[in-house]
Amino acid sequence: MSSSYLAISNIKKTFNTPEGGTVHALDDVSLDIQSGEFFVMLGPSGCGKTTLLRSIAGLEYPDSGTITLDGQRIDDIPAYNRPVNTVFQSYALFPHMTVAQNIAFGLEMEKLGKAEITTRVGLALEQVKLEGYEKRRSSQLSGGQAQRVALARALAKKPKVLLLDEPLSALDLKLRRGMQIELKRLQQETGITFVFVTHDQEEAMSMGDRIAVFNSGKVVQLDTPREIYRRPVNSFVADFIGETNLLDGVANADGITLPGGGILLRSQIAEDCTIPDSGSVTVAIRPEDLEITDAHAAVRGTVRDSIFTGDTVRIHVTVTPDVEVAVSLPSYGARIPDRGETVGLSPSGNSARTVAS
Amino acid sequence: MTAINVATESPALQTDQMRPGQTSPRLALPTVLFLVATIAVPIGLTLVYSFLSTADIGTGVKWDFTLGAYRHLFVQDKLDGTTAFDTRYVKVIWNSFTYSAITTVVTLILSLPIAMWIATRAESARNFLVAAVTLPFWISILIRTYGLRQLIDDNGPVGGIFHKLGLSYHIIYTPTATIIGLIYVFLPFMILPIYASAERFDFSLAEAGYDLGAKRMTVFRKIVLPSIRPGIISGIALVFIPALGSFLQSDMLGGGKANMIANIIANQFGQARNWPFGCALSVLLIGLTVLFVQIIRGVTARTGDQVNLV
Repeated sequence: MSSSYLAISNIKKTFNTPEGGTVHALDDVSLDIQSGEFFVMLGPSGCGKTTLLRSIAGLEYPDSGTITLDGQRIDDIPAYNRPVNTVFQSYALFPHMTVAQNIAFGLEMEKLGKAEITTRVGLALEQVKLEGYEKRRSSQLSGGQAQRVALARALAKKPKVLLLDEPLSALDLKLRRGMQIELKRLQQETGITFVFVTHDQEEAMSMGDRIAVFNSGKVVQLDTPREIYRRPVNSFVADFIGETNLLDGVANADGITLPGGGILLRSQIAEDCTIPDSGSVTVAIRPEDLEITDAHAAVRGTVRDSIFTGDTVRIHVTVTPDVEVAVSLPSYGARIPDRGETVGLSPSGNSARTVAS
Repeated sequence: MTAINVATESPALQTDQMRPGQTSPRLALPTVLFLVATIAVPIGLTLVYSFLSTADIGTGVKWDFTLGAYRHLFVQDKLDGTTAFDTRYVKVIWNSFTYSAITTVVTLILSLPIAMWIATRAESARNFLVAAVTLPFWISILIRTYGLRQLIDDNGPVGGIFHKLGLSYHIIYTPTATIIGLIYVFLPFMILPIYASAERFDFSLAEAGYDLGAKRMTVFRKIVLPSIRPGIISGIALVFIPALGSFLQSDMLGGGKANMIANIIANQFGQARNWPFGCALSVLLIGLTVLFVQIIRGVTARTGDQVNLV
């Protein structure tokens, strides 16, 4: 896990907009992806993650920078010769071919023998649990089945890296959850390096060994899901990954004065955070880290509404006319304040963080 | 259905009230009558006349049943009373067939790249380019063919270039000129259906092809071509069938030397004054067309392509 397997160095790519301007789709991006890793590239649409994935696949050519796979430079190799394969967002199954013909297509291009192709098609279908679907046409498949065929088609090629471009975005929630688990299992079984692009932070968190968070053509943070969730480097990551209350405060000797006048003590802020001696600072507190407290409260406000979501109850507390704080309370066991009630809120332990804006 | 069920059905359905968008079938009657009068009746007459004899004097037919017109297609009666196999008309039919086949193949080769190119442009450019392809339809085919005749004439601009280069040049009034004329007229009929298919093509399929290890030509052959096949088949039908029965190009560019079926048909109703033979040739042409449509139907039924012909 130590040496880099897929090395992306200083990739730049600009596009011309229809209005005549230029957009930096990728602005000097460098990443090291390890062998056998489930690597997720996460970001809002237009952040450059798909452009990078397509650059690895060879469907897009970066303006500058290099891509090295297993010690070999691949950025100047045409797509059809790169030892990587892609699962497309639209699945891109060939409509005039059967399921088996779709999967066999890539193997025929390798000029493999008929017997071997048949064996590998069968194996690929087995991997995605679609045995018996060989003769079906893509128009006779459900979305989930088409997704599996696309996956089988790419896996049958035994790629060094499997690239997945938002493959689950067209599936409904329940199917998506199922496929997430299955993709994770497939990745562990095959040991193939997966590079997975998504804009869904929950999907990224539940699947990725590591996540690269993209914004405006740059990698903002690269770390494990836990670290990214617990230690976001800036307010963008804090806000994009999970939910966060971002509060503008003023640092002073006691701690940080928050909107409404309450004070967040230095002991309530994680130790690895830097707190200036004075001046404005942004504080991030997760809704589930806030507790209702009667004694010392960091913020105090009026309960505007409470929403029962099953496992939790979300309440929104109005602190000042323009500041509202979301709190997530366990739906069983905790006291749920009524609407209109004034409550004091404090982060549990030292769960509050200061973040670069 | 029992009597009780009929009785309980909504009475509203039996009134004259119609839902929005519905029309009375009576409104279609004038068109139906017009089509019967202009298509069914002439074809029926053609079929009947082809079995009759030539009038003794003047034009027209004599109500005297004979297979003579069809015999005339293949058999020649010599003055000395002997008969011989007549290859003249078979040759003309063969000419028509080869000219149409060459036209179809050339227009197909010319249309594939241009249709693909238009289909991959931005939408505004696509609309402009399609309009440009259809532009010739705005000008009378007669005027366009005259224009083409000036262009390829020995003393025309093309001939001028050949003369300057010291090369011999003579195209006008040859079968080559006829074929050039056919290609020119029928090119849009090949481009448009192929473009319509290509425009619907999902180019991520081509990307998937590259990704799976196929090179450019393989992607085109194995992925693009099968996807645009309905357009190609439509194009072939729209070019080959009318080309087979075309008249103007061989008349004006081919030198009027009666080198396609339609020219002979025209001649039978004109100078030759042999209506039954003209009708027999027409029946043959209709037969060839129907045969070709059936072949295409057979092909599309096998490949499962959606092509609307008849």
